[in-house]
Amino acid sequence: MKILLVAEYREGKLLGTSAELIEFTVRMDAQAVMFLVGNKQNLPQFDGRLYLADAAQAGEFNPAVHKQLLLEVIAREQPQLIAFPHSSYGWDLAPRVALALDATQFSEVVDVQEGHLIVPVCNAKLQRRMKAETEKTVVTLQAGAFTPTQSISATPEVIDLPVTGAGDIDFQGYEAAAAGGVDLSKAKVIVSAGRGIGKAENLEMVANLAKALKGEYAASRPVVDADWTDHSRQVGTTGQTVAPKLYIACGISGAIQHLAGMKKSDFVIAINTDKDAPIGEVADVLAVCDLKQLIPLLTEKINAQQA
Amino acid sequence: MNILVCIKQIPDMESRFKIDAAGTWYDQADLAWRMNEYDEFAVEQAVQLKEQLGDADLTVLSIGPDRTKEMIKKALAMGADRGVQVADDHSHLHDPHTIASLIATFARQHQFDLIFAGMQSQDRGSAQVGVLVAEMLGIPSLTTLVEFSYTDGTISAKRELEGGARALVSCTAPALVTCQLGLNTPRYPTLPNIMKAKKKELLTIPVGDLNPADPQQKTISMAFPEKRGSGLILEGDASELAERLMRILKEKTTVLV
Repeated sequence: MKILLVAEYREGKLLGTSAELIEFTVRMDAQAVMFLVGNKQNLPQFDGRLYLADAAQAGEFNPAVHKQLLLEVIAREQPQLIAFPHSSYGWDLAPRVALALDATQFSEVVDVQEGHLIVPVCNAKLQRRMKAETEKTVVTLQAGAFTPTQSISATPEVIDLPVTGAGDIDFQGYEAAAAGGVDLSKAKVIVSAGRGIGKAENLEMVANLAKALKGEYAASRPVVDADWTDHSRQVGTTGQTVAPKLYIACGISGAIQHLAGMKKSDFVIAINTDKDAPIGEVADVLAVCDLKQLIPLLTEKINAQQA
Repeated sequence: MNILVCIKQIPDMESRFKIDAAGTWYDQADLAWRMNEYDEFAVEQAVQLKEQLGDADLTVLSIGPDRTKEMIKKALAMGADRGVQVADDHSHLHDPHTIASLIATFARQHQFDLIFAGMQSQDRGSAQVGVLVAEMLGIPSLTTLVEFSYTDGTISAKRELEGGARALVSCTAPALVTCQLGLNTPRYPTLPNIMKAKKKELLTIPVGDLNPADPQQKTISMAFPEKRGSGLILEGDASELAERLMRILKEKTTVLV
C-alpha cells in the first residue's frame, strides 16, 4: 500500500505532526510519499519523495489551491490512502480532497487494529472499526495517537510543485494567542475546573484548592468559553499543554482536546459525579463525588496539614 | 438574504451508552436528546445576522426521526423563521457524505446566500459535513470560526488554530461557515418566543425526495474502548473521600511538604 502524507506548515515553520504521519505508515505497513506547502529551508525528516509547493506562492492557508496541488500529486503517485493530521489545517482540507477523489473519509483515527481503522464516537466513550467502500480513502489522524517510537533523521528527495491558480478565500494573516496571563507550564500543581463546576462562583473553591497546594488553577474549554476565566488558563489543544507533578481535574469530563493538554501530568486526580467519564482513562484516582462538597473539605485538610 | 442553518440532534454526552443489537452504533433508547452544542453557536450567529440585516429569511434544517422536531422548535424559539425536518429514521447510519448530499440537494433548491453549520457533531465528530456541502455546491467554506462578521456580501472571520492562535480570513457570499465553540453566547429561548415558535412553519420532507448518495463506508463494529487507565475509583461520602485523597497525596505525590 502507498500512503500520501500531508505535512503542515504555519508562520514559516514546519509543524511537528509529520513524524506522527510517518508512524502511521509504519503501523499500516505501507510505503509513503509526502506533500507539503512550505519552504526548502525547513524540510521534514523523511526518507522518501517530498512534493513541495512554495508557501510564499501558494499561501500558507489557501484550501482551494492546496487541494489542486494535492490532486496533481495524487494523479502522479496514485496512493490508496491520503493521511492528514486531525488539526485546523487537516480537517479543513481533507473533505475537499476526499470529495474530489470520490474517496470516503475517516476522521480522527486513533488506532489501527488488524488493518482496520478505529475512530472515536461520543467523546471517545465509544469507538468504531471502519471499512472503506471506495477505491481511495482519506484519513485524519488524532494528535498524539501515533507517537513515533524512534526519531527519524533523513533528508527527503524534493520534487518542486509549480503553483498556479488562486483560491476563493482571502487569508490576511495570524493573530497570536492572547499574550500575558499565566504560564501554566511552570506550575508544579494544577487544579483545573470543568463545566461540572456549574457556575462561575464555584471557580473560587477550585482556586482556593490550588492555592492550598501552592499551585495554579486552570480550566477546560467550556469554562473559558463561558468567560468564567481568561484564555491564558485554558488547558488543552487550543490552550496550554501542561505536565505538572499533580493535576486535579474538577468536573472535567475529559474531552480528547483536554486530555491532549494534560495527559503527561505525573499524577492525576479527577473529581467527577460520572464514574464513566473519559477523564477516568488518564486519572490515577477518580473520586466519584459532588465537587462542591469534596473540594472545600479537601482544601481545609491540606491547609491544616501545611499550617 | 436567504440563510440556512444545519443542525443535528445528539444524545447528552454524559449518558451511559449501550451498543445496539446490530453492534454498529449506540442504542437509541433511553437517551436524553438535545441540540449538538456546535450547532447552537451556528443558530445564534445566524439569528444575530438576521437581526443585523433586518431583511433576512432564516431556515433551519435537520435530518432525523420524529424526535428531531423538538430540537427544531428550540431553534425556531431562538429566532429562526422556518424549520425543515428531513424525515429519516436511519439518519444515524448515514456516513458524512450521504448526509452532505441531502443538505446539498435541499440547498440547491433554495439558493441560500449563507449556510451555517457546527464545525462537528458531538457524537460522530467527523468535521466533514459542512465542508462537503460547500464543495458539492461549489461555494467557499470557512471552518472552525470563533469570530464572524458580515458586511455588504463579504464574510470576515477568525479561524481557531492550535494553541489559541487565530487565522484572519474572508470570502464573499454565497458561502458556508462552520462554527467553533465560543463563537458567541447562544441565547436561551424566552417563554414568549417559545409560544411564538409554535406558530412557525415546520415542514417535513421524506429523505427519499432529496436523492441520498450511496454509502461510501461501513462500520464493522462498535465497542467500548479498552480501559487503558488502571486508575483507582473512590466512592463514598465527601468527608471519607477527602481523608482518602489526603492519604494518597501523602503517599503518591511530593506536593505536600
